[in-house]
Amino acid sequence: MDTIAQKILMALTGLFLCLFLVVHLVGNLPLLMPLPAAQLRFNAYSEALSHNPLIRLASLVTLASVLVHTLVSLVLTRRNRSARSVRYAVARPAETSPWYARRMGLLGTILLLFLLVHMRTFWWEYKFGEVGVDAAGRRDLYGVVVAAFQAEWYTALYVLCMGALGYHLLHGVASASRTLGLHHRRYGRWLEGLGITFAVGVSAGFAVLPVFVYIMRG
Amino acid sequence: MRFHLKIWRQAGPDVAGRMVDYDVENVPGEASFLEMLDVLNETLVARDEPAIAFDHDCREGICGTCGVMINGRAHGSLRGVTTCQLHMRSFADGDTIWIEPWRADAFPVVCDLVVDRSALDRIVQAGGYTSVHTGTAPEANSIPVPRHAAERAFDAAACIGCGACVATCKNASAMLFVAAKVSHLALLPQGRVEARDRVRTMIARMEQEGFGGCSNTAACSAECPRDISMEHIARLNWESIKARITSGS
Ligand code: HEM
Ligand code: FES
Repeated sequence: MDTIAQKILMALTGLFLCLFLVVHLVGNLPLLMPLPAAQLRFNAYSEALSHNPLIRLASLVTLASVLVHTLVSLVLTRRNRSARSVRYAVARPAETSPWYARRMGLLGTILLLFLLVHMRTFWWEYKFGEVGVDAAGRRDLYGVVVAAFQAEWYTALYVLCMGALGYHLLHGVASASRTLGLHHRRYGRWLEGLGITFAVGVSAGFAVLPVFVYIMRG
Repeated sequence: MRFHLKIWRQAGPDVAGRMVDYDVENVPGEASFLEMLDVLNETLVARDEPAIAFDHDCREGICGTCGVMINGRAHGSLRGVTTCQLHMRSFADGDTIWIEPWRADAFPVVCDLVVDRSALDRIVQAGGYTSVHTGTAPEANSIPVPRHAAERAFDAAACIGCGACVATCKNASAMLFVAAKVSHLALLPQGRVEARDRVRTMIARMEQEGFGGCSNTAACSAECPRDISMEHIARLNWESIKARITSGS
């Protein structure tokens, strides 16, 4: 597979993950509701998700996307590194490209580690942990969320990781659209703006949730 | 003006090289960067030392033969110029200047600052042409070309193949070069005929030559003396995707 095919895979899996992020963010918005609706709605939503076969399928595709995206990024990064075995004595890359465009591997690695922590805290607890029930008798994932974000360091970690997500997407969305050959004389700038809005909006949205829970439900 | 230079010296392709310090004096501010090296070389030759090898030809920014890394920037930090069009007045008197050859495994060092860029030629040989005999210039109205297509094709065709894009890219990728070559033909009716095969063979050759992949950092375009736009990389990708999902004629 040539590097362009690899980049197409990166772009498609990356954009699918972007779609996942939107759905995931919208699904988490009930957390911002007043109590007790927040708890009941969030738990009802979680239960509905875990029983919906369509969501089951989507979560498998999401998992596959993360795996493919990560593995292909390793293959690409290795090739890219080996294309210049003698380095420059002096290099000033910051003058010609933004740092986050050159540090997608680092940002991605942070995201991968974050995913592991995130899955352990919520997915694992919900599936296998000792979780209470709410007033409607549903497994209380809401309680798990509130408990997790009582710790300052954990809340701060989330906010930092969402910063990494924001930068990964800031370059990622623009990069993916170019990888897929999108460009337009008139709407190009408009699309660029949409990508930036998306990156900032999604990462800020995800960062607000833990901070809100930490402050309001402490 | 006077400068303190740190220059990569390497006697041949298979020997080790190193940075060597030189001082050069009496350089007029209006001297080009290459002329500054000429001044230094004259003093070296007078001392019976081997002159510093560097590539050059037109010295007027149109041939793409010159090109070195100057203080970590391809063709220096002045935007939109080749090394031969960079003038010493854009440096401060007494500056220390680091001069290195283009670094990419696909561009092996031949001697000092001279690298072998024939990988780019082989990519063009793989398909960067139209094989139909076009004869003399056709009657203008017989092959209509929309103005925006003509403009963009011309922008792409402005690529002089200097290799600054490869030199500056963190992946030593040749995407901008290949994009310019594919794009300028793909935009014109004469080039459309073979567009599908062209993009396939040129990409295959690019891969074979050992360049890295494209991470879309856009450093290439920022450093390009001809300001080749990233739009051409999008077009190259688009042509490549089309060629992948359609069958041959
Ligand atoms: C929520 C998770 C993620 C999303 C939404 C996402 C999205 C994207 C997108 C849209 C791209 C642009 C593709 C292109 O340039 O065509 C990208 C590139 C990249 N991603 Fe991710 N990504 C995620 C997680 C990861 C992870 C876990 C890793 C690796 C450990 C990773 C590593 C990379 C790398 C290295 C690139 C740049 C590849 C290159 O241009 O050479 N990403 N990502
Ligand atoms: S020598 Fe021809 S472009 Fe510099």
